[in-house]
This record gives sequence, structure tokens and C-alpha cells, in this order.
Amino acid sequence: MTQLVYGTLGYDAAHMLGGLMLLLSFTLLSQRRMTALIDIYALQATCLALAAFWQGHVQSAPALYLTGAIAFAAKAVLIPAALRRLMLRLQLTETMEPALGIFASMALGVGLVVLSIMVVLPVTMQSQALTREDLALALSVVLLGLLMMISRRSAFAQVIGFMSLENGLILAAIGVAGMPLVVELSLAVLILVAFVVFGAFLRRMDRQFHSLDTTNLDRVGGQHR
Amino acid sequence: MSALLALAALLLHLALMLASAPLLLGVVRSAKARMVGRQGPPLLQPWRDLLRLLHKQPVVADSVSLVFRAAPALCCAAMLAAITLVPSFTLGMATAQASDLLVLAGLLALGRAALVLAGMDTGTAFGGIGASREMLFAVFAEPALLLVVFTLALMTGTTNLDAVITTIASGQLGLRISMALALVSLAIVALAECGRVPVDNPATHLELTMVHEAMVLEYSGRHLALIEAAACLRLLIWFSLLAGIFAPFGIAPKADGQGPILLLLWAAGAAIWAVKMLVLALGLAAFETSRAKLRVFRVPELLGMALLLGLLAAILLFVSQGFAHGFGGDGA
Repeated sequence: MTQLVYGTLGYDAAHMLGGLMLLLSFTLLSQRRMTALIDIYALQATCLALAAFWQGHVQSAPALYLTGAIAFAAKAVLIPAALRRLMLRLQLTETMEPALGIFASMALGVGLVVLSIMVVLPVTMQSQALTREDLALALSVVLLGLLMMISRRSAFAQVIGFMSLENGLILAAIGVAGMPLVVELSLAVLILVAFVVFGAFLRRMDRQFHSLDTTNLDRVGGQHR
Repeated sequence: MSALLALAALLLHLALMLASAPLLLGVVRSAKARMVGRQGPPLLQPWRDLLRLLHKQPVVADSVSLVFRAAPALCCAAMLAAITLVPSFTLGMATAQASDLLVLAGLLALGRAALVLAGMDTGTAFGGIGASREMLFAVFAEPALLLVVFTLALMTGTTNLDAVITTIASGQLGLRISMALALVSLAIVALAECGRVPVDNPATHLELTMVHEAMVLEYSGRHLALIEAAACLRLLIWFSLLAGIFAPFGIAPKADGQGPILLLLWAAGAAIWAVKMLVLALGLAAFETSRAKLRVFRVPELLGMALLLGLLAAILLFVSQGFAHGFGGDGA
């Protein structure tokens, strides 16, 4: 495996793609409109696919090309298309105010990025530079996805947050050499299954409440309450 | 000899900037009109407007003080001073020593403050609204600009714009995430500072949400000409700044005994600079036609995003450099 050195093209391109994904995570946090959320999510998945291709090229690991192809097909094309159809079907036009203000959630996001850098960099002192920085970026994307899930009231935005969280997981996985293909494939299948569940959930919720506001769910107690 | 060349470069730069500033605005307007299917004004229309306004006598309200009369000149002077600091086709102009990014930020702020004071001086409600909104935006835009300056200073070790561009153009920094974050941040700040579409609409006098036009509503004649000229110059300053920092290729190096080949370098630098300006102008026009103006109270959110991205850029550098040096990692 080629060593990636700070300041070379291999390092720079991988670093840049990771950084771009982080930037898109922040853009997701700042958006209210659903079409914009879907577009940015698709763009982030495209970046992920490019990052996987690049890592496959640099690490000369053909399996990563497969990962990239799956990421592109499933997350940059299929899932956004399905989300758009769902949006049309349910006629979702409402833009919901997030539970936490946009500026507050962005500020929290910056804090999370700092946190993940402070956590990852000292822990991975022995690894090469690319892995360390990539891991820090991936952890940031994961945490920003989580933040999006808790800072939004719209179930739709929460789904997007979850999906972008998973992008971060894959980014972490491709940065580390020797991730078994089985794990990645099962993760990809898992995300598709999760998406089907989400679709059913959103539809059900829309029928029940005529809105995707998750505060409605507070009133749902279940049978055993 | 090299001092003379630096002076010549500065004069050429100034002439080029002054000639092209209204033209740039004309290109943006014309491209915008074409993109929505109208023919649009001719490219030289801003020049003609300026000349027309210069011939007209200004009408000044009885109630205004000296501030109102002095503000257009002050604003235009600040922009003129700023334009000498931002390199266009060559580095190492006579003002290179003074071209500090903080000075530039200060001059831009001075121009803004002059117009805000003038807007309030007239005592009309509209001017006051415009002034207060302008300050509301400045509260976010200026710290964002300073954070980007801080980021650049961390990477290049100086706040001197000439030296910053020299370092970036040499390519020793490589691609950096912080640069990408700083670019997005600075682009948003530029949109706000120039009063372009998501923040302000430069093409209207009627909207209740307008900012810049509301401040200068009472101006006429040569006062208005100065203000319009300052607006053109501000757009050119920001374009040149963005192109210089983030796409520094093709810019001629400092004149230092290259002989006659220097002229060739300058000509090439000017041509490449013109292409960059054209690309930015078309990009701005495309962006503006595809966007709606934000509500005024959403603008601080956009500028807050610029602020946080600037902060993130600085933090990423700070933290990763701290680890690279402090813990002997293999980062640098």
C-alpha cells in the first residue's frame, strides 16, 4: 500500500473530498427546504463515491471501487429519487422551523467538529496522517448527522440526517485499509432496508397527523401506557 | 529602477481598475438580463450613467448636515484607497508593503460607515431602516471576514495580501480544507458587502426589504455618481480579492530585473485577470438569476453561516497544526 504523505496530491484529494462532505453536512444543517435537503444529500453521497474511488485508486484495493459504485447508485441516485417521489406523493410543501435555531445548531456543529478532532487525533497517533484526518472528518460528519436528527422537528429532515450520518460511517470505513467487503455490503443493504422502513413510517405519519412534525408523536402513548 | 517599475505597475493597475469597474457592473447586468430572456442594457450603460450624473447638480435637503455632503466623497475615497491595495495583473506594486488585509477590511468598513451615517443624517424613516439593516449585516459579515483573514494568516504567516498571494501562488500549501471553507465564507461575505441578491436586490427601488438603495435614496447628481462609482469599485475589489486569493494563477510576479519580458508577463497577467473577472461576473449573474432574495431576518442566518465556516477553517488549522507540532505527529 502506498504511503500517503502530507502535501502530496493523494493526500490532498482525499482530504479535500472529506472536507467537502463536512461542508455539505453544514449546508444540510442550514437548510429548511426539503428539495434542497435532498439535493445536498445526493451531492454528499456523490462526494462519498468519489472518495471511495480515490481511496480504491490510492490503496489499490478494487473492492473500494465496488463500494463507490454502490454508494453512487444507491445513495446519489436511487434514494434521492425515491425521496422526491415520496415528497410528490405526500405533497409535502411545508417548511418546518427546526427545534433548535439554525445559527445555534451550526454553532453546536462547529463545537462537534472540534470535539471529534480533539478525540481522534490524539488517539490515532500511530497511524498515518491520511487515516487520522479522514477519521476526524468522518466522525464529524457522523456527529453532524446526529445533531441534525435531534435539532429538527420534521421527520423528513430527521431521515436525511440519519442518511448523512451513514455517509460519515462509510467515509470512516473507506479511509481505513482492510475493511471487509461483507461488512460494507451488509451496511449498504441495511441502509436500503432502513430507507424502506422510513418510507412506510413517513407515509403512515402523514396519514395519521397530516404533517411530519415529530412533536405529534409525543401524544402517541402506545397500547401499554 | 525596480521602484519606478513598481510605481508604473500601480498606475497601470489603477487605470485598469477605474476603467473596468463600471464595465464589470455592465457585464453582470447584461448577463443577468440575457439569462432571463431580456436583451438588457448595453455594456457601457453604467459608464454613461456615471457621466450623466456627474453633469447634474445635486439636490440637497435643507435639514441635512455636513455628514450628508461629505459621505459620498469619503465612501468613494475609501474604495479608491482599497483598490490600490488589491493586486490585479501583477504583484509587487508600489503599495505592496501597505496592502494588509486588515487595512483592506478597515477601508471597506469605513466606506460602509460613511453611507450608514449619511442614511441616518437625512432623518427619513427609509434611510434609517436601510442604515440599521446595513449595520445588522455588518455585525456578522465583518467578523467572518476577519476570521478568514486569520485563517490565511495562520497558513501563510502574514496578513500582507501581496505576500499571501505569493505564498498561495507558489503552490506549497497544496489543497487545504480550510481554504475551501474560507472560500465559501468569503464568497458569502462578498455577496453581503456588495449588496447582491440573496442579501439585497441592487436592481430595485421599490422593495421594502432593500438595504443599500434605502440609504442612498436622498442622493442625486454628482453625489450619487460618487456613490455609484464606489459601488462599482467595491464589486471589483471583492472580485479581485477572491480571484487573487483562491485562483492566483497567471498573476505576474514582482518586477525584479526581468527586462523586456516583464511587459509580456504583465499583458498575460492582465488578460488572465480579465478572464477571471468575466468568469466571476457570469457566475454571479447565474447565481442571482437562480436565487430569490432572502427575508431580511434570514440574512443574519446566512452571514452567521459564513462566520461559523470561517471559524471552522481557523479551528481546523489551529487544531491540526497544534497536534502536528505539539505531539510530533506526521502531519507536517
